[in-house]
Amino acid sequence: MANVAPTGQSEIRYLTPPAVEVKKKKYCRFKKNKIKYVDYKDPEFLKKFLNEQGKILPRRVTGTSLKFQRKVATAVKRARHLALLPYVTDLLK
Amino acid sequence: MNVYHPRSLLFLFTLLTDCASFSFYLLVFIFYLLVFSLKKSSYFCDLFKITKIKLDMLNHYETVFIVTPVLSEAQMKEAVEKFKGVIVAKGGEIINEENWGLRKLAYPIQKKSTGFFTMMEFMAPGELVKPLEIEYKRDERVIRFLTTRLDKYSSVYAEKRRNKKENAAKVTTEE
Repeated sequence: MANVAPTGQSEIRYLTPPAVEVKKKKYCRFKKNKIKYVDYKDPEFLKKFLNEQGKILPRRVTGTSLKFQRKVATAVKRARHLALLPYVTDLLK
Repeated sequence: MNVYHPRSLLFLFTLLTDCASFSFYLLVFIFYLLVFSLKKSSYFCDLFKITKIKLDMLNHYETVFIVTPVLSEAQMKEAVEKFKGVIVAKGGEIINEENWGLRKLAYPIQKKSTGFFTMMEFMAPGELVKPLEIEYKRDERVIRFLTTRLDKYSSVYAEKRRNKKENAAKVTTEE
């Protein structure tokens, strides 16, 4: 409790004001941009859905809807098969 | 005399008067006709086969394959021409062909780190895909291939891509 500085009174004061988390609402970029088809031939776009090791990011991180998460997954797998994306790496991006 | 006896001349008249039994006998008759014709004569089978092919004829396909980088440019072109020939010979129609040139692979395949990528879009009956893929497998020059059928959304996407390419080609020729 380093950032809690109790004063003479009972009230608690913080040295730095506590960050009030304003949660940014996640959205599905496919639904928002009305993209109907996820192209496996475009590795640069698919990289947005991968982490540094080339793993597919979960829906809870990217905010993609279930329908498009499935399509993203197949597209990524196709791209991997064609060596457009790696199966495993370090420091992708 | 049994009026429902098929040999009776009154048979048809009685059936006509009795609607329920008429329709019933008609159904039985049609059923027998179908079963026997399917079993014995090949005419109906052929007819069904033809209609089936006509119904699901011409899907929109897209195939991408990687040719080994060991080849020269001319040899690579020859390999592409060969697969184009395979598609056309089996009744496919090539809509679009894209040559992505020599690209780096994300991981080595057969100890090669680059490859010539070629993409082709074609309309073809479903029976074409299997022989095409067998050809890919037999050919040592091809190190990777992928054939996908395009659904309605991807067809639209492919069309856009095609138009974009055509427009780009137009602009370059005008300049």
